[in-house]
Amino acid sequence: MPHPKERRLLLSHADEPGYTGSYEDYTARGGYKTLEAAIRREPAEIKKEVLDANIRGRGGALFPAGRKWGFLDPNSDKPVYLICNADESEPGTFKDRQLIHKDPHQLIEGMMISAYATGTKLAFIYIRGEMFGGARILEEAIEKARANNLVGENILGSGYSCDLIVHRGAGSYICGEETGLIESLEGKRPYPRLKPPFFPAAKGLYMCPTIVNNVETLCQVKHAVELGGKEYAKIGVPNCTGTRIWSLSGHVNNPGYFEVEGGAYTFGDLIYDMGGGLREGRSLLGFIPGGSSTKVIKYDQRYRGKLQDGTEVDWGVEDIPLDCDGCNYFGSSSGSAAVMVMDDTTDVVMALANLNAFYAHESCGQCTPCREGSLWLKKITHRMIAGEAREEDADLLKSIADQVEGRTICAHGEAVAWPVQGFILRFRDEFIDYARRQARERAAREQETTAAVA
Amino acid sequence: METNATDTFELSEEARAEIDRVVPRYPEIRSAALPVLYIVQGEKGYLSNEAIEWVSARLELEPINIYELVTFYPMLLREPTGKRHVKVCRTLSCALNGAYRVCDRFREAFDCELDEVSPDGAVTVEYVECIASCHTAPVVQIDEELYHNVDEDRTEELIQMIRSETKSGS
Repeated sequence: MPHPKERRLLLSHADEPGYTGSYEDYTARGGYKTLEAAIRREPAEIKKEVLDANIRGRGGALFPAGRKWGFLDPNSDKPVYLICNADESEPGTFKDRQLIHKDPHQLIEGMMISAYATGTKLAFIYIRGEMFGGARILEEAIEKARANNLVGENILGSGYSCDLIVHRGAGSYICGEETGLIESLEGKRPYPRLKPPFFPAAKGLYMCPTIVNNVETLCQVKHAVELGGKEYAKIGVPNCTGTRIWSLSGHVNNPGYFEVEGGAYTFGDLIYDMGGGLREGRSLLGFIPGGSSTKVIKYDQRYRGKLQDGTEVDWGVEDIPLDCDGCNYFGSSSGSAAVMVMDDTTDVVMALANLNAFYAHESCGQCTPCREGSLWLKKITHRMIAGEAREEDADLLKSIADQVEGRTICAHGEAVAWPVQGFILRFRDEFIDYARRQARERAAREQETTAAVA
Repeated sequence: METNATDTFELSEEARAEIDRVVPRYPEIRSAALPVLYIVQGEKGYLSNEAIEWVSARLELEPINIYELVTFYPMLLREPTGKRHVKVCRTLSCALNGAYRVCDRFREAFDCELDEVSPDGAVTVEYVECIASCHTAPVVQIDEELYHNVDEDRTEELIQMIRSETKSGS
């Protein structure tokens, strides 16, 4: 059951008793009516609705979808491709899985509207290889939509045709980076491309204009077009229109996904109310707010000062709004809206070691600073948890991270650096204490051995 | 590599038909590489040198074009796995909720090293990176099925399930 603080737009039917996400269930609730109406309008009008709606990209970069679409050259004679990025793999994020499993036709409708608006004749859903069930659900849903003339040739008699292909990835996180995804879809290793010149809207799939949007973003498009862009933009706050689906996990009593009107509630509400608070006798140590590549926010941080719009605030971490930009004032980002909560029993060195192992494993190896730097970071934190921590490790980690950031083709360099920078900035003392404690333990062991020998 | 591997490589009629259906859907043939590799791997269990050569010839590519994929993507397998492929999510939310213990327990139960087939051939146990179900941590994927909230009791149940299923020979 949805929490009373939720406002469900995308997940409005997802957990409704008896709702299976089938074509019949979806159309019985008005499904595909928006596509039906949209396909009778000019593509430019639909683009305008999406621009007015100001839907910020829900994959984590938060770039407005309407502006992304605006980069397509109207005078290009090359085919346009639309790709749904369903390679959900930023640690902590599990919202797209819900949208795919529980209401696949909503995504297909959002995609076909977007395809029509952008002039796409062939669209793809690039889904994570591990999501076997999700891929099957989408395949079946697309066949059903095709049988009902909603995908394929001459859609609803409009003269517009567009096919839709589900393409499965094969276990590589970097395929979530849009140019890496495009390389992968071309049948190559997913080495991200340099931007410029390879902005997908100009030179994307097969060097043709390409739009890559996240699952949630494309589902939002359906609602923005249904309501009208300006009406949609009245939901939420200017920096975060519509709703956002927050993935909450880690040390909370009630982890889950919560669809919340942009800016309507706070991280305090999310963690302590929707998330059921922390376990008995535990207190908050901190949380990672927007997927594991965003910097950790510590429980005692405060922001006193002005917001972008000039408002004076004095915020603790519980006061950060559930919008797009609130986390920026705490040195982090709301990214993919994936909140990982850590209570006071968390071993912060172990937590960073876990993330370093992830980013080292997922570096594609194309750029030296990322390939080597991520491995060094992983080796250092691994040595620390293996009992050989040194006091200078905290500063060494930060120094390496600082030399990776900004020196790579894609944002994986930042994803390698930011967790380290965040953990060292907020928990430097804990890292040093950790090393001192181990040094004492080593000395004690040595003394025992010496005593035993003597 | 053998020059005539493509002639001797055997693939079922169904798999060939599926490949013939999938390949033309893509504007450029090379895009069909991952789906074709999945079809071959689905039948053979892994991708041998012969399989790589056959796929590259089918897609009018050089073997290196396929080899570089097989050596990059974790889900493309160079060797057979155990009868059940157990993947324990090791990333933060699962780790915070006990994933390391779950993985250790699987390895102990089947007496195997990480990433290696157990001596009885029942399983390959490995870690997988965040599998996008952090609210039901820890999660374990066994073949294509995802299991949620795998606490100690659930781990034992899954171990029993694998034991009984793999004994009967499947």
